Amino acid sequence: MTVSLRRDAPPAGSDAGRGRGPAPRSRSGRLLQRIRKGGLPYLFLLPALLLELLVHFVPMIFGILISFKQLTLFFIRNWTGAPWAGLGNYRLVVDVHGAIGSALLHSFVVTCAFTVLAVGLSWLFGTVAAILTQDSFRGRGALRTIFLTPFALPVYASVIIWAFMFQYNNGLVNELLHNVLGITSRPSFWLIGHNSFFALVIISIWRNWPFAFLCVMAGLQGIPRDLYEASAIDGAGIWQQIRRITMPSLRAVNQVLVLVLFLWTFNDFTTPFVLFGASAPSPADVVSIHIYNASFINWNFGEGSAMSVLMLIFLLLVTAVYLLGTSRRRNNA
Amino acid sequence: MRIIRVSAVAAAAAAVLALAACGGGTATGGSGGGNTKSTTLTYWASNQGATLQTDYSVLNPQLAKFKQQTGITVKVQVIGWADLLNRILAATTSGQGPDVVNIGNTWSASLQATGAFLPFNGSNFAQVGGESKFLTSAVGSTGAAGQPPAAVPIYSLAYALYYNKAMFAAAGIASPPATWSDLVADGKKLTHGGNYGLAVEGASIPENIHNVFILSKQMGGSFFDSAGNPTFTTPQNVAAVQQWVNFMATDHIVNPGDAQYDQNQSLSDFAKGKAGMLLWQAAGTALKADGMAAGAYGVAPVPVESGTPSSSNPDSMVAGINMAVFKDSKNQAAALKFVNFMTSQSESVKLNGEYGSIPPITSALTASPAANQEQTVLRNVLSTSAVAMPQVPKESQFETVVGTAVKNLFADAASGKPVSAATVKAQLSSAQQQMQG
Repeated sequence: MTVSLRRDAPPAGSDAGRGRGPAPRSRSGRLLQRIRKGGLPYLFLLPALLLELLVHFVPMIFGILISFKQLTLFFIRNWTGAPWAGLGNYRLVVDVHGAIGSALLHSFVVTCAFTVLAVGLSWLFGTVAAILTQDSFRGRGALRTIFLTPFALPVYASVIIWAFMFQYNNGLVNELLHNVLGITSRPSFWLIGHNSFFALVIISIWRNWPFAFLCVMAGLQGIPRDLYEASAIDGAGIWQQIRRITMPSLRAVNQVLVLVLFLWTFNDFTTPFVLFGASAPSPADVVSIHIYNASFINWNFGEGSAMSVLMLIFLLLVTAVYLLGTSRRRNNA
Repeated sequence: MRIIRVSAVAAAAAAVLALAACGGGTATGGSGGGNTKSTTLTYWASNQGATLQTDYSVLNPQLAKFKQQTGITVKVQVIGWADLLNRILAATTSGQGPDVVNIGNTWSASLQATGAFLPFNGSNFAQVGGESKFLTSAVGSTGAAGQPPAAVPIYSLAYALYYNKAMFAAAGIASPPATWSDLVADGKKLTHGGNYGLAVEGASIPENIHNVFILSKQMGGSFFDSAGNPTFTTPQNVAAVQQWVNFMATDHIVNPGDAQYDQNQSLSDFAKGKAGMLLWQAAGTALKADGMAAGAYGVAPVPVESGTPSSSNPDSMVAGINMAVFKDSKNQAAALKFVNFMTSQSESVKLNGEYGSIPPITSALTASPAANQEQTVLRNVLSTSAVAMPQVPKESQFETVVGTAVKNLFADAASGKPVSAATVKAQLSSAQQQMQG
């Protein structure tokens, strides 16, 4: 009797409400109980969650809303009063036969080519450098530090320096290629015309490969040395070791690395903007600059937002397909 | 239950705190208006001097004088040209901006269309001295025709032809060219041994657009019809663009390297004697900074196709800076007082003298005679033969799309591609289609 009584009595110091009633084990009651037990931390997290929504999602939703509005200079002062455009902005920017749509398509193709080249080569350089510096040798630390400097420099400063180097009249690149080495018969333009695309790719690789190097280097630390020793005893050469040990072990690192590089490069605004200013030459007219122009130079924020939303959808799709594809392959392996 | 209540209160308190922090941020970041003790105005000045610091040292003594006269404090912030328009747009969108702002006068109609600025209608205009106080050509670039001006002129400029006296003498050219065919002929005489006849800013959107606009005007062309719709592909506009790019493409009097200039490199090429001629607005101060003595160059009106320059055969756009009052300003009366002060005779003489620009104030013009040949030419051009850029809402868009088209054509010309009437027309047509958006 005493035992059962003690059991029914509320524990000392607890809320009186807890012991009240015969505790009906209904669903809502259980939920309440669960909140009471474990809900407190979540309630403390709530303000942070709300602020997070405020900071990240509200602007996104506004951006999507604006893409359905005819938000031109006549309405920016009172943008809620801008007329709804329905799908008008979208129709305009996907109409590849019109001037605006075809310009966006061109810009999209340029961006894809730029991203594939820049990410591919950044990854290649980073991986090769990481593998070459995997074995310890004299000055390895210093070399690794030097490799990482482009990544550590402020973007603006480094791109301005590149812009000087790519000058036509007195740039270092033309000086080297034309005057010293005599590779080109006459100085080339790097910041206008077709070469501007390659100038952009070169700078992007220069900036991003150290990040690939850093990630792959970290990934390499996790591969047990005995694997290499064992394979060497079995007669594997360096290529076989890279193909059968290094690469498979790096798969998880590479999966994230390539995705991050892809998103950074595709969305990169600072490099082309500092290099070319607001009006990029058409061979290097990447999407970020193109959208900036549509919004801020032409003062048509509805059109700019519609382009942004399309790019967002594209990036989401690519990311989803990529993650699904790479994860499945990993599960099968 | 108590736990839930406590945490709910905590959450609410946190949210309120966060909101209060936000609110505080916006208030201090805002116009700094509503001070009850004494009125404080915020003024965004454009960068007129060699550096932002120069502007502060020119403006601050004048602002102190204004405070002495009226008791109104003016907080000035000098903003570089690269940021100014975006800052104004942001201020327009948010309603949180300065009280008074300087704008490039070609933006007037575009910004007028946003409704951001206080219109200078009868009574507002009267408070800053009325229309008769200002130079007529300068008032022509303050907003769309038939509407009260969105701004008033404060500094004016015009284009002139700068030529290197020594290079002209060495080539046996007696006087500066008065027509474009003379300019090409003289340019060819000057072009040899790495030196060129003319320096242009081939990748600069504003420079391209201003020059092409004037060439088109001289041929009787126009980039907009009377209803404000773009007419970029008319034969005159095509011919004007082609003539401008052909200085490099077929006349070869412009260094192909100029195609990528957009940081005033053409100024320094002219100052160093690498080019014999330059078309620029009040280049004197900049040339001095680049080490060219005032006696080394002559100044003449920009050439025309034929005949003599006049308002119907213009040789320059009306360049300059306007001053506007934000409609959202809480101190409009004080702001108008400040505009009146900055455009008063004595201030106009003083400020324009410091910056090497021309006072757009009639009385200031008579009170300060032209100091040198450059000033004489520029003043004459501004009062007799300069026309305003199109005063339409889409002006800034027009500058961007056509300026970019010309930049692309210069890039073609520099790499040796032919620039035919058909290529020019195609570029202009694509530019015009982008205006529809």
